[in-house]
Amino acid sequence: MASEKIKTFTDTDFDSSIKDGVVLVDFWAEWCAPCRRLAPTVDQLAEDYNGKLTVAKMNIDENPNTPTRFMIRGIPTLLLFKNGELKETIVGLAAKDDLVRVIDKHVA
Amino acid sequence: MADHRQVIIIGSGPAGLTAGLYTARANLKPLLVEGIEAGGQLMLTTMVENWPGYQDGIMGPDLMKEMRAQAERFGAEMVQGDVTALDLSQRPFRVTVSGKEYLADALILATGASAKWLDLGVDKKLSGRGVSTCATCDGFFFRGRPIAVVGGGDTAMEEAIYLSKLATAVTVIHRRDTLRASKVMQDKAASIANISFIWNTEVIDIKDVEKGEVTSLVLKNVKTGETSELAVDGLFIAIGHVPNTKLVAGKLLLDDNGYIVTHGGTRTSVPGVFAAGDVQDHIYRQAVTAAGSGCMAAIDAERFLSGLAHEVPQQVGASHA
Repeated sequence: MASEKIKTFTDTDFDSSIKDGVVLVDFWAEWCAPCRRLAPTVDQLAEDYNGKLTVAKMNIDENPNTPTRFMIRGIPTLLLFKNGELKETIVGLAAKDDLVRVIDKHVA
Repeated sequence: MADHRQVIIIGSGPAGLTAGLYTARANLKPLLVEGIEAGGQLMLTTMVENWPGYQDGIMGPDLMKEMRAQAERFGAEMVQGDVTALDLSQRPFRVTVSGKEYLADALILATGASAKWLDLGVDKKLSGRGVSTCATCDGFFFRGRPIAVVGGGDTAMEEAIYLSKLATAVTVIHRRDTLRASKVMQDKAASIANISFIWNTEVIDIKDVEKGEVTSLVLKNVKTGETSELAVDGLFIAIGHVPNTKLVAGKLLLDDNGYIVTHGGTRTSVPGVFAAGDVQDHIYRQAVTAAGSGCMAAIDAERFLSGLAHEVPQQVGASHA
């Protein structure tokens, strides 16, 4: 079950959604097996950081523009923004501990 | 108190899940650590045509789902996450999974293998930026674009065939003049109009790291030494695998390529530790051979544990949590 704390971003609301605070966006698709494997970890992050980090998902089949803009050529890809600025790019499967290390650099 | 088990299996590909099935049916109540890449390499494939019993083939992820459900049905307990620490210096062995510690009287290692990269440095830098080791994951981004596949085995052919439906042109780059792939895969690839081959050639550089995307490959003919450039938007690497043995390096006997050395079936250099699947096999590397060795490891572990019970019965008595 996906965490209720996870938001869903679209091409239309992307810019306004990332402009405040620290935001982690998970780019994924239904057909992507590694994305399905990463999903529970992303869920846990949303629960663990409860409010201190906005965690969102973006379906690349439904939203082709944003992935193109950030030159995403593989999924899963996680992008971390701080006040609208791209700070981190994590490509492929990653362990939760490694993600926490990267996120903690930006979350106060 | 650490959770004490008779058998812990690390890995959830065909080897791990088959070991889980057999140890569960032997009433050993196995704990199976799935790992971050749960389901293993078959999760990244499409149609598997050489798994016996499915005459029309079965999708890799579907096969793994079935195997997992079957192992679970007989009582294998699954735990998500990766093993972060492993102590093989004394029995019971200590296995740490995401901070939680378990004890195991016997251990089955089925951690598999991962795709090998080119070792150019630039290929890792451009990972997710046009360089990939997984066509089914990343092929989507190359619709209507020219791409290249490096490698000459079955995986390379499978990737090329899959990508030919998306990309405008697929160039297979291989360092020899013949393919290692099975005849059926070779013929299939050769029959597709937009797949072409460049022989006796290696990729020596990938451009353009500065731009953060793939624009072209620098190629070198290994016979003539001549270099050339090939304009592509993506590169898929399918040059083989490396065993996932980081966890056991220095604790078990490994061969020169990092594979776990086994003897007398699936026994490793440490009594009570067994290995199955691609982590100990650089020759066959098939789903069915991995499953077969997973079964062997389960039987070897069961025999080991019954010997243990004979010698030190109190250990088995203590093993039910």
